[in-house]
Amino acid sequence: MRKVCVTVLAAVVIAAVLAPAMVFSAGAREEVGERHAYIFKNTGNPFGERLMDGFAEAVEEHGHQAILRAPDQPTAEGQIQIIEQLIAQNVDSIGISANDYDALSPVLRNAMNAEIAVVPSDSNVNPESRHVFVNQADPEQIGRTLIQGAYDMIGGAGQIAILSATSTATNQNLWIEWMQEELKDSRYDDVELVRIAYGDDLRDKSVAETEALLRSYPDLECIIAPTTVGIAAASLVVTDNDLIGDVHITGLGLPSEMAEYITNGACPFMYLWNPIDLGYLSGYTSMAVASGEITGAVGDTFDAGRLGSFEVVEAMDGGTEVLLGEPFMFDAENIDDWKEVY
Amino acid sequence: MLSRMRRMYQGAESFRELGLLGFIVLVSAGIQLRNPMFLTAGNINTLLVHASILSILVVGMLMVLLTRGIDLSIGSTIALSGMVCAMTVAANPGVPPILSLLQGIMIGLIIGTIIGLLVSRFNVLPIIASLGMMNIVRGLTYVVSGGRWVSAYQMPRPFLQIATGRILGVNHLIIIAVVIYLIAYYFLTYTRTGRQIYAVGSNPDAAEISGIPKKRVICLVYMIMGALAGLAGVLWVARFASAQGNTAMGYELNVIAAVVLGGVSLTGGSGKLSGVILGALLFGMLSNALPLIDVSPFWQQAIQGVVILTAVWINVVVKRRNEQQALLRREI
Repeated sequence: MRKVCVTVLAAVVIAAVLAPAMVFSAGAREEVGERHAYIFKNTGNPFGERLMDGFAEAVEEHGHQAILRAPDQPTAEGQIQIIEQLIAQNVDSIGISANDYDALSPVLRNAMNAEIAVVPSDSNVNPESRHVFVNQADPEQIGRTLIQGAYDMIGGAGQIAILSATSTATNQNLWIEWMQEELKDSRYDDVELVRIAYGDDLRDKSVAETEALLRSYPDLECIIAPTTVGIAAASLVVTDNDLIGDVHITGLGLPSEMAEYITNGACPFMYLWNPIDLGYLSGYTSMAVASGEITGAVGDTFDAGRLGSFEVVEAMDGGTEVLLGEPFMFDAENIDDWKEVY
Repeated sequence: MLSRMRRMYQGAESFRELGLLGFIVLVSAGIQLRNPMFLTAGNINTLLVHASILSILVVGMLMVLLTRGIDLSIGSTIALSGMVCAMTVAANPGVPPILSLLQGIMIGLIIGTIIGLLVSRFNVLPIIASLGMMNIVRGLTYVVSGGRWVSAYQMPRPFLQIATGRILGVNHLIIIAVVIYLIAYYFLTYTRTGRQIYAVGSNPDAAEISGIPKKRVICLVYMIMGALAGLAGVLWVARFASAQGNTAMGYELNVIAAVVLGGVSLTGGSGKLSGVILGALLFGMLSNALPLIDVSPFWQQAIQGVVILTAVWINVVVKRRNEQQALLRREI
């Protein structure tokens, strides 16, 4: 009996090891013109799923093949492995939402040397290891817009706080810098930023940090949370403590996560870019670089299907980028149309 | 004479918990000085709610550690149980909360049983068996959910009430935790099986020779741990009104740390329920209080580490002194 068990087990293990390899070789044999790959930060992220949907949509409009990958954990190591596999497969382009600004540099430069187009979007890599970055929105615009939104919510005067992700997150820190810049305007003399708290994008920590903010600053009127888990956690605390109307929440969040709180008024409105459009624009940018239509230099223009025409501009880090546009505002009027989408 | 000695020994045992309790009082006083909002009725309620899920899990982990085992799978179990229950109520909003709770417990029980059988029947090391299940269950969570989250608007009110509702002003989570403590106290102190857990942990061979069904006892503790983790999954999702694939990732380490903080030995056989309650409480207190004392996030982590190490150190010192004194008195 035991022998049978062991044999069956061994067969299963061998099959499990061989299965991906067989799929892989079958995929390689099939010749379908250009192949464009996209690597998101990690699996199981609704925002990333929609982004890759948009990417695939753009690539398939031209009859090319889209390869969509993501590591299990949001680490640079996981992405490096995938990039190496893609270089070996000799794909035409690699789009990526990077888990680290610098760590991916060597492997991405290998890809560029192999004449693969490297087009990061959503989360950037350094200028040496990319052709052009597809930026969801201007960090300056995000920071300033969020402060202006908070200003309107509190009626021009009062205490506000920021609940961010981790204290080392590149994009959140950049947005917060612009928020502080905007606050220097004399218009905000009566607005006091009392604290920047960090919830680490963990539910329990974000909830604890929000509770502490409300306890330490009883007169707090608005919390700006430029991160999905943070904004939902802050809204949850405000809802559970019957503070709707007294404390307003705004920031950046997923419509599905925030539908409940936008409907109940805890968060009057919030912003986010459209991940499908971001992926779609990434797809077109990847194809434009891969075909040689653009090189990623400032002033290059190209056509991006239903989104119209785009121009490559200079980025703040010295490289170049394509800007998707203004962040999209979600409020009680439109949230029902979006909560099912992402 | 014998009964007097036993009384003295028991006195020394409870003194160990007193050391931790004294430390908690000391830390509280320090935080209170920095932020007078800490020891208010409202914040103590918040703190207890915050510590409740952790304190449910430490009960199970106490029993596992007593048998010289360890369970690393519970973070994943929380995620799977929470995700499946959330998806069930999202698809059928009419499901009564009690059924959701039972569903979560069942899922956890199945996972716990598998680990229990692996450890007790197939002699797989607990750390390996539970590590394997940790990955399998986490993967299953992503497969089941297809990478999607279940959000607040998809969860019906009665389901969320599991964690946010109150009875006589006391949050459900606190009540559930207290009930579990009462049952666990009775089970570990007064039932035959409860005492057998201690026996198996302090000397497995002697336990087996004296007729204790060692394998069954070991399997049982993982089943209890799994069921509690499954329950905690439902409570977690109801409390935070969101289920995502990476829920509670790494949470098992917090649970193990809280249990060890409560004076439970990793080598099995020794540890008390009153100790792990205090351990969970100290842990819950830290996560509630550190944001209140207004230090930079970098210092927060360092302070948390220092507090934990100090607590463990006090524990060890007090324990050693008590044992020495107990020995001294026995000689006289």
